[in-house]
Amino acid sequence: IKRFPPPRFQSLCRDLNSTVLVFVKGLFLYICFSYCVYFLLLRTVGGSNTVYEWSLSINHSEEEEPAKYPYQHIRQAEDVQQQIIRETFHLVSKRDDNVCNFLEGGSLIGGSDYKLIYRHYATLYFVFCVDSSESELGILDLIQVFVETLDKCFENVCELDLIFHMDKVHFILQEVVMGGMVLETNMNEIVGQVELQNRMEKSEGGFSAAPARAVSAVKNINLPEMPRNINIGDINIKVPSLSPF
Amino acid sequence: MALKIVKGSIDRMFDKNLQDLVRGIRNHKEDEAKYISTCIDEIKQELKQDNIAVKSNAVCKLTYLQMLGYDVSWAAFNIVEVMSSSKFTYKRIGYLAASQCFHESTDVIMLTTNQIRKDLSSPNQYDTGVALTGLSCFVTPDLARDLANDIMTLMSHTKPYIRKKAVLIMYKVFLKYPESLRPAFPRMKEKLEDPDPGVQSAAVNVICELARRNPKNYLSLAPLFFKLMTSSTNNWVLIKIIKLFGALTPLEPRLGKKLIEPLTNLIHSTSAMSLLYECVNTVIAVLISLSSGMPNHSASIQLCVQKLRILIEDSDQNLKYLGLLAMSKILKTHPKSVQSHKDLILQCLDDKDESIRLRALDLLYGMVSKKNLMEIVKKLMLHVDKAEGTTYRDELLTKIIDICSQSNYQYITNFEWYISILVELTRLEGTRHGHLIASQMLDVAIRVKAIRAFAVAQMATLLDNAHLLTGNTQHSGICEVLYAAAWICGEFSEHLEDPMATLEAMLRPKVATLPGHIQAVYVQNAAKLFSTVLCGQEGAPADSKVAQETSQLLIDRLPVFVQSDNLEVQERASCILQLVKYIQKLQQKDVEVAEEVTALFAGELNPVAPKAQKKVPVPEGLDLDAWINEPPSGSESEDEGRKTKGKAVFAREESRHTKPRYTEVDEKELAMRREVRKAEQANNPFYIKASPSSQKVYQEAVGVEHIPVVQIDLSVPLKVPGMPMSDQYVKLEEERREKNKADRKKKDKKKRREKGRQRRGDSGPESEEDITPAHMVDIVTEEMPENALPSDDDDKDPNDPHKALNIDLDKPLADSEKKLPVRTHRPDEVLKSPIEDAEGLEVTSEPKKKSGKEKDKERKKGKEKKKKKHKQEEGEDLMEAGSEEPVQSKVTNDVAAQPPASTPEASDLDFWLSNAPVPSDPQEAAAVTDAPPASTPDAASGVAAVVPDSEPEETKSSKHKKKKQKKEKDKKKKHHHHHHSDGAREESVQNGTVEDEEPLPPMSNYAMLAENSYIKMMKQDADEVCDIQGNLHDGSQVVVSVIFENKCDSFIKSMEFNVMDSLNSKLQRPEGAGPHDSLTVPFHLPPGISSEARFIFSVQSIVMPQKLKGTLTFIVKTEDSSTHEKLDFKLHFTCTSYLITTPCYSDAYAKLLESGDLKGSSLKLEGINQPFHHLLARICFHHHFSVVERIDSCASMYSRSIQGHHVCLLVKTADQTVSIDAKCDEPGLLRNVLDEIKLTFSQC
Repeated sequence: IKRFPPPRFQSLCRDLNSTVLVFVKGLFLYICFSYCVYFLLLRTVGGSNTVYEWSLSINHSEEEEPAKYPYQHIRQAEDVQQQIIRETFHLVSKRDDNVCNFLEGGSLIGGSDYKLIYRHYATLYFVFCVDSSESELGILDLIQVFVETLDKCFENVCELDLIFHMDKVHFILQEVVMGGMVLETNMNEIVGQVELQNRMEKSEGGFSAAPARAVSAVKNINLPEMPRNINIGDINIKVPSLSPF
Repeated sequence: MALKIVKGSIDRMFDKNLQDLVRGIRNHKEDEAKYISTCIDEIKQELKQDNIAVKSNAVCKLTYLQMLGYDVSWAAFNIVEVMSSSKFTYKRIGYLAASQCFHESTDVIMLTTNQIRKDLSSPNQYDTGVALTGLSCFVTPDLARDLANDIMTLMSHTKPYIRKKAVLIMYKVFLKYPESLRPAFPRMKEKLEDPDPGVQSAAVNVICELARRNPKNYLSLAPLFFKLMTSSTNNWVLIKIIKLFGALTPLEPRLGKKLIEPLTNLIHSTSAMSLLYECVNTVIAVLISLSSGMPNHSASIQLCVQKLRILIEDSDQNLKYLGLLAMSKILKTHPKSVQSHKDLILQCLDDKDESIRLRALDLLYGMVSKKNLMEIVKKLMLHVDKAEGTTYRDELLTKIIDICSQSNYQYITNFEWYISILVELTRLEGTRHGHLIASQMLDVAIRVKAIRAFAVAQMATLLDNAHLLTGNTQHSGICEVLYAAAWICGEFSEHLEDPMATLEAMLRPKVATLPGHIQAVYVQNAAKLFSTVLCGQEGAPADSKVAQETSQLLIDRLPVFVQSDNLEVQERASCILQLVKYIQKLQQKDVEVAEEVTALFAGELNPVAPKAQKKVPVPEGLDLDAWINEPPSGSESEDEGRKTKGKAVFAREESRHTKPRYTEVDEKELAMRREVRKAEQANNPFYIKASPSSQKVYQEAVGVEHIPVVQIDLSVPLKVPGMPMSDQYVKLEEERREKNKADRKKKDKKKRREKGRQRRGDSGPESEEDITPAHMVDIVTEEMPENALPSDDDDKDPNDPHKALNIDLDKPLADSEKKLPVRTHRPDEVLKSPIEDAEGLEVTSEPKKKSGKEKDKERKKGKEKKKKKHKQEEGEDLMEAGSEEPVQSKVTNDVAAQPPASTPEASDLDFWLSNAPVPSDPQEAAAVTDAPPASTPDAASGVAAVVPDSEPEETKSSKHKKKKQKKEKDKKKKHHHHHHSDGAREESVQNGTVEDEEPLPPMSNYAMLAENSYIKMMKQDADEVCDIQGNLHDGSQVVVSVIFENKCDSFIKSMEFNVMDSLNSKLQRPEGAGPHDSLTVPFHLPPGISSEARFIFSVQSIVMPQKLKGTLTFIVKTEDSSTHEKLDFKLHFTCTSYLITTPCYSDAYAKLLESGDLKGSSLKLEGINQPFHHLLARICFHHHFSVVERIDSCASMYSRSIQGHHVCLLVKTADQTVSIDAKCDEPGLLRNVLDEIKLTFSQC
């Protein structure tokens, strides 16, 4: 197994300077961020139920302190979700590369039983939020597996793939983590299943989908941001030695 | 057709897709919100299109927008539409969107039940997979209850891909629907030994998650896990198991003993850090559980600490962090072995990583001793000065206080030092923890009597320099400290050197800018100081003038406070002002008042434990919930209740939030209220009044006279605020210790000479007991009420969802539990009957014409209703008598049989644990572990349970029969329900209402397909029942649902289903399979389990009924052998099965009949003596018709075939004759349907 992120993955667009955070167990966030535009995406693998429950509990705690929140309003799950992302991004982005990859959970992400475990690949962060029943080093390895899977499925993944194909990223993620529980840790198995499903999708599309594909291919030609091969150089990410699953 | 699709997609191909949307958002950085709102408008247009491709594209974009934080709940129904598409591509998008947007209060979720069920049983494994993944995100209690059975079936699917997903999702189902845990658990346990590693890992995952919350229910699985641990090579699984053992060992110390050896082996052998780390963690857990009376494990502790040290010293910050984390666990039980690594941990305090520093701080908490406390705190104080960022500094501050105050100030030898530390901490800018420091000051000053003089001196300095603290940052938390300072100075004013100066400081005008609750304390304590000052001054009669000046000072300064906007301050100030004025008058008359003034504040306050109030036992006969007076009006009392809720007895910071509520109340009313209150208090025998006698008792109890008075070292420069004094204490302390040591050494030497050289190893560092505290301090313990119960479990969270999963799993399943509880219908009133609906339509469309008829109808309806009611009651009684009783008796039978079965298993565990440590011999362990799982299925055997032999022969056979009958009845009922949930929604509406009207004999359209008598003789029988139904979506497809039920004791697997195709009907096989290949049934059947599989047939003509011959081959696997078996059956496709229940309104029905396209036919049935509504219900149920209109003994009915033929019936009854006139556009079909109806009625 490769210990370092695949070389092409490091060759990310410099001008965009964006950050992908991915967040598990209970929840899982996937966040894209760039300086000019905020692309904040959240995916709770524990289900939107999880965020919904949190928003309920937050609303509940606000009720008890009416002085602090004079205008009571029920906050949407979406609001809570955005707050989680912002807070997480804030926490993660200001950390140096040479500090540990764990962050203790704040009140927003489920309390003290939860930890943020993240990995930093060039301009991207993948963040998992896990509870105490998961092994910290195991999750670090799982992130590596996930990133390598992305690399295989997108054939040399770059950050733009993640931004423009959010749906595909989620389909891959669904093969790794399901409902907030780790489903599969064997990369070959994951890649195999994803490919079979993609093949099925292609066969269904068949003749009728061809023109639409052609159009989108034409559209993609004049994508302004295509310099995929800029090498940013080696970004050394510490990976604990862990035998493959 | 294909051309049309292509044309449609060309039209739509210039719609924005997801990529366009993302690109657009990136290109509109300035006006993103505007751009997105136009996009949402476009999406709304797209959602109105019929084309599913367009819809799914729109839903895909919505999913993205939801992730950006936009609310898309308005599109929930469109998401359901896309989910129900037959194409995988769209289905997948739909489920993704659903998992993203749906939550428990999304109401369309209840529409998805049938769709999800259909997808779960889809022949395409990825349809199933996608449905499972989606469901795992939005499963609700309703969905969990309705789908638990289907998911359980999937747990024994042939494809490991589905199996592992089904296993994993069961955890979510358990959480939402805890009743399913017991029935599903045996199968979950089986999956631990699944041949596929993915499934196995999923099962381990689920069980570990369950066991983590309620470990004691899973102890019996320990042998099985032990076996897995010694045999598995999958690190992920190993980590999970080892973590699980960590949770189990505290409950069963013997397990820990057994684990230590294999774990130590793993620690030595593994190269994976993650595994090593988890092993160390579990060994620590084991050691903790063994900590009492197991001295010979010091080697293991040593090994752990040693490994952890390696981790901490590693350059990898992650390992360092985890090492510290694990170290803190050892610390709790074996502090000594950690303390030797103090150097390392102090080094970590300098780490650049904040997480690591915080961890190291945690460790320090446990590492302090009397000896090193000062040193460690000194180091921390240095860090406080250096720390950047308030959060870390605040963390340091709380840690310092935690460390010092832990276990009742156990490690503090010099409280003067501690007070000076606290004073130093007040210099921190912008800390949030002012109240924490304040409460420490109060606590120490109240409880450590010897320190009061010193504390008061320090506090006086603080008060004098209050402006330094408040500065310009009034709202920072640090001014809370003044609260404590003022109170301490006032309460213990007898220790003050210069009370007059302090009084002066407390009455400075600047005080009025402090928060209200602090001002209130200032005012109150100024009065206390005043009394002290008076005492001092009146001693010398010459100073009476000075005393009057003091009064004048108060009179001058207090008005500022009287004008305060804080009610508390206002009241106290005006009260005291009047008092002082009165005193001044007396003073002018040369009356000695000092003694009386001090009497105002006589008596000592005692510390009370924080929970004391809660723990006062309720006296017998007192009901706190009963109203004393009826509450006046709802709103007011509620308001009051909320305000007072959650306030502590000694409210300190709470008062900050409460705004004065009655500021507008004028003085008069205030005075009046005061009067009333006073009167009330005077009459109230329970209102505590200060009485001298009670104080005496008090003082005796505490024993004041035994407290040694301490000399204050006045050489310490008290007057310089803000100078770090604590360092001097450290030095002083060191000197003192040195001296003590020297003294002791001398003594020791003498002793040693006397004793010879018996004790040698004692010369190490001085032990704890050697350090004597500088002051003999009597720490007053907090008071608790008498009879208080020492219970501390009020901290548990009652809302934990995992509490519901605390279910005993070792008890063998009772028969009634063997299958998942059958889904019950939702209350029917939600569903409207189409009959009424239709009527409603009529009424609105032609209200005038039909008014006469309507009245008629209503009258009839009224009658019917009466009838209905009556019959319903009757029916319910019957049902109860008929069904519930036997079930109950059966259950009790089973219960009686249980106890013997459960005991052997428990003893197995005992045996396994008490075994001499045999971890080196995994095979033996394996042999032992095999026993419990094997015994369970026997003990709780399948549906065809063998009647116990001990019973007499005759009763045996009769009972057996009875039981069987009941079971069949039960089964039928179940199938009946099943059908409801299966069918399209309209159908269940229809049948639901019919059923609601009358009690019907149980009906089922599941017919027995085949039964193999040969196998039955061998007591290994399997039977099949089947239901044939048209597929709503596709005109040429028929779905056949077959229930396979295993009645024997053995496992049935590799079932293959094959049907000989005819020209007309073909079994749909997966692509690439030949026309004679058989289909694999996608599950295995453990004993006693039934599952449903669906097969799709394509049909050309539906005019004729057909019979297809088929065979089912399967392997019966017993413990020692497996036999290949075969079962032939005939599938009967009746014409009825091509009909789909379709509701029809009477006006449309009338038009249809008028059109003249239909050809007629009729049928007469003689000798039918069942009620008319039964008859209708039968036709509805068995032949998929729906009632259009019913008038007395005449009803019109309608149905539609899958190929769109209309079938209309007019049913009339007179005496015992039923005549049916039928019309249909396909005479062949009609003839056959009528024949089938005839057959139905001839059978009953």
